[in-house]
Amino acid sequence: MNPHLPSGCGSPDHLRAWSRRRFLQGSALAGLGWLTPLSRQLARGAEATGKRPKSVIVLWMEGGMSQLESFDPHPGSAIAYGGKAINTAAKGLRFGAGLPLTAGLANDFSVIRSVTSKEGDHSRATYNVKTGYRPFPNLVHPSIGAIICHALPGPGGTTVDLPSHISILPGGFPARGGYLGARHDAFQTGDPVQPIPDVRAPATGDRQRQRLDSLAVLEQSFAKGRLAHLGSERTLHRTLVERAQRLMSSEQLAAFDVGGVPAAERAAFGDSPFGRGCLSAIRLIEAGVRCVEVTLRGWDTHIDNAEGQATQLALLDPALSALIRGLKDRDLYDDTLLLVATEFGRTPNLNVAEGRDHWPHGFSVLLGGGGLRGGIAVGETDPHGEKREPARTVRVEDVHATILRRLGIDTSEELQTPMGRPIKLSEGRVIQELA
Amino acid sequence: MSFSPLRAFIRLSALGVIVLVSGSLLWSHFDSGEPTPLSEAKPDPALAEAVARVDAAFRASWARSGLEPAPEADALTLARRLSLALTGAPPSLEEIRRLEALPAGADPVAAWLDHLFADRRSADYLAERFARAFVGVETGPFLVYRRRRLVTWLGDQIHENRPYDAIVRDLVAAEGLWTTQPETNFLTVTVVEGGKEGPDEMKLAGRTARAFLGLSLDCVQCHDDLFGDRWKQADFHQLAAFFAPADLNLTGIHDRPDKSYETRYLGAKAAVEVPPLVPYDRDLFTQAGKPREQLARWITHPGNAPFARAAVSRAWAILFGKPLVDPVDNLPIEGPFPPGLEELAREFTAGGQDLRQLLRLISMTAPFRRESRSADPDKPTTPGAEAAWAAFPVTPLRPEQVAGSVIQASTLRALDSDTHILQKLRRFGETRDFVKRYGDPGEDEFAGESGTIPQRLLLMNGKLVRERTEPNPIMNASTRIAKCSPSDEAAVNAAFLASLTRYPGPAELGHFSGLLAGRKGNARDEALADLCWALINSTEFSWNR
Repeated sequence: MNPHLPSGCGSPDHLRAWSRRRFLQGSALAGLGWLTPLSRQLARGAEATGKRPKSVIVLWMEGGMSQLESFDPHPGSAIAYGGKAINTAAKGLRFGAGLPLTAGLANDFSVIRSVTSKEGDHSRATYNVKTGYRPFPNLVHPSIGAIICHALPGPGGTTVDLPSHISILPGGFPARGGYLGARHDAFQTGDPVQPIPDVRAPATGDRQRQRLDSLAVLEQSFAKGRLAHLGSERTLHRTLVERAQRLMSSEQLAAFDVGGVPAAERAAFGDSPFGRGCLSAIRLIEAGVRCVEVTLRGWDTHIDNAEGQATQLALLDPALSALIRGLKDRDLYDDTLLLVATEFGRTPNLNVAEGRDHWPHGFSVLLGGGGLRGGIAVGETDPHGEKREPARTVRVEDVHATILRRLGIDTSEELQTPMGRPIKLSEGRVIQELA
Repeated sequence: MSFSPLRAFIRLSALGVIVLVSGSLLWSHFDSGEPTPLSEAKPDPALAEAVARVDAAFRASWARSGLEPAPEADALTLARRLSLALTGAPPSLEEIRRLEALPAGADPVAAWLDHLFADRRSADYLAERFARAFVGVETGPFLVYRRRRLVTWLGDQIHENRPYDAIVRDLVAAEGLWTTQPETNFLTVTVVEGGKEGPDEMKLAGRTARAFLGLSLDCVQCHDDLFGDRWKQADFHQLAAFFAPADLNLTGIHDRPDKSYETRYLGAKAAVEVPPLVPYDRDLFTQAGKPREQLARWITHPGNAPFARAAVSRAWAILFGKPLVDPVDNLPIEGPFPPGLEELAREFTAGGQDLRQLLRLISMTAPFRRESRSADPDKPTTPGAEAAWAAFPVTPLRPEQVAGSVIQASTLRALDSDTHILQKLRRFGETRDFVKRYGDPGEDEFAGESGTIPQRLLLMNGKLVRERTEPNPIMNASTRIAKCSPSDEAAVNAAFLASLTRYPGPAELGHFSGLLAGRKGNARDEALADLCWALINSTEFSWNR
């Protein structure tokens, strides 16, 4: 039985902004977009705006971070189950006791405590929060990083060999390009102390040159009699090999590697892959990367929630606080939007295993940097866990719209999807409190 | 314990037997021996007539457009296309030798199809391809969904060559446990984890329309069709109403007659009960049996043309890497249809909805037999010729096809159902890891995108290609070719056949023979490894042609 109007398709007013609809460019040249199309990058370089590119860092809490132990504690209430809260640097704002270092920086970001969605399954909810759309049959929406890389294709005035979209410790659902194309999928890499995958040639010197010469012989043969622009418009083989080689030999690869960072600076992020990922994220943003996602897995605490969340917060707290400080120290914070998000929160009440289950009806995300207002909490959940609907509800798509608009991206822009249906970059409304 | 000569003798004998058996198994895997020619296919006059009817439609279309069709592709090119489409990997060197040993005058396509269909690997691969349309690629609800079981069941049906309509009827009307009745997973995949409502009738309606009828009705779930007035919101929900009685409990999927379906239409103030009703061709609908049985019978009715068109378009897409109508799940219901679609759909229905016969039919048509290049390099093929199927389209291979190609190219014998279990396990692990990094487009099977830089990096520097090309006399074809080939030219020919299923052209033969000339020992092994690396990294290797 379905007593309500189904909402999976978003909006019925597809035609309202027909005149403003912009179609994706032909897939051919756009295919270079993994590092951003060369021509567009050069065009942006010519803009000479003098401004640094806008960037985004997404810290993804995979599994469902509990709002009650992190950014939305209700100390003293039955649903806190003894959980403590601490004061923060922002007046009147309190966080869970597991976030002392982050609490000290609370004026540098805001928390949204009333995010709601209709997805309670990990994969569907992750899709929802990462793309701003609920899963839809025969259509894959792009993640927010992919949208940003599409809308802001190249870092102005610089030459960046690195991928524009990177996922460190990608977890189960790395950011995807969706209908914008696989070229916008995030480049996946692991713990920054490990070698970057696939960038070291198995042969070197003359042998590698000989291999590439042989490849050219094969390509010449394959092109004969086939489409006139097969290589330049369809397969993009030569361009891809050249760009791959450029990356393989790029000094900018050092941005991934945190091995050379002084021990004291590394220690501030915590001795964990996630901490190192956050440190690497700063270096990558500094090198001109548009969007970096770092994943911290292990939040799905259906059993012994208190212990599980405390363990995770102990990893998050030093990394997040050091990340914010690091961006500020490098004068990057105002040009970098920071999002700490998760697929859903956790239930107000404990289950029989003293765990908390999935709760999409009011969970927390953190938004900071990029000139957004800091030090406030938007929305309010019921301190007793009785009312499901939070005060001042914020939809997942509103978080997206806030980020995109802040980056100067017109969220009403409609893109033509492969199924022939135009879709807006975001259906959300800007969270005015953060403006 | 005292030493017993008898016990020691028995143990040593047992060990010897194990070593001998393992050694012979290993040797049988690597020793290709003399090739046994493939069996010639029996002539099939009815099939030939059907091919002629379909070809007539295409040839008339080419004549109308003034298109000169590309030349006929050779047997090796056709065998590569078929192996990639039906097994996910190109032919092995051993299989190529068997194909080449066919008597002159034998139809290589018919013999090759017989060869592929006889092995279980083609049924398993096709099952996976069709499963993407039927249930997608998501992991689904943890306890009540077993995708692997569904794929195995589908593979069984395809291997037994069960009619396609019977397979679809089983899926739509399935009842029972998702473990013992694998077809019920078509329904249980839509159960929202933690939900208590059973299968999701709206997801099932959308999936049924797309997978079995080639119709995308998902948008009219929320509102009437905005791009035409063909579909109404009611069409979608009336279709969903067939699935509403399906309920899930400990004994699996069963219909509960008391479960009704309600929805609130756009602009309406209240929800209304929606009766089950098919969206078109209601004269083909009969009411006997349970609601899903009624729906299944209507979907697969020989008069339901979209059902046959959808099957044809998907089979075409699997063989060509590009659907006859794009996208594959959004076909026009009232036309206009491209040349060949209606003819193929009619043949499919008239032939008893035999999937294997449909694949044979498409494989023998003039479009499938076209080259992807022109005879004159100064007059290359054009996008227009490709769009009209007057030239075979150059399309990217799927990730598992690229992985399958790397693995098969490094193994001179076919990796088929007779392959040793250890080899199969190795291939499974390698393919999974490769596809994870290469990126799987999931259900969007025929996107036809150009490559990406991570994909290029993976092929140039990744673990699979490195391990499968580096000098290794036991595991890798490159070293075995280096050591066993009687001449440099023979070595280059063998490497080209194993990787690209073709002989090198004169310039290629000259270039690569020159690189091997005078090289001995490790230097020769390395030169062959370099040759295989270049072949694997060529466009041709990861694109269908």
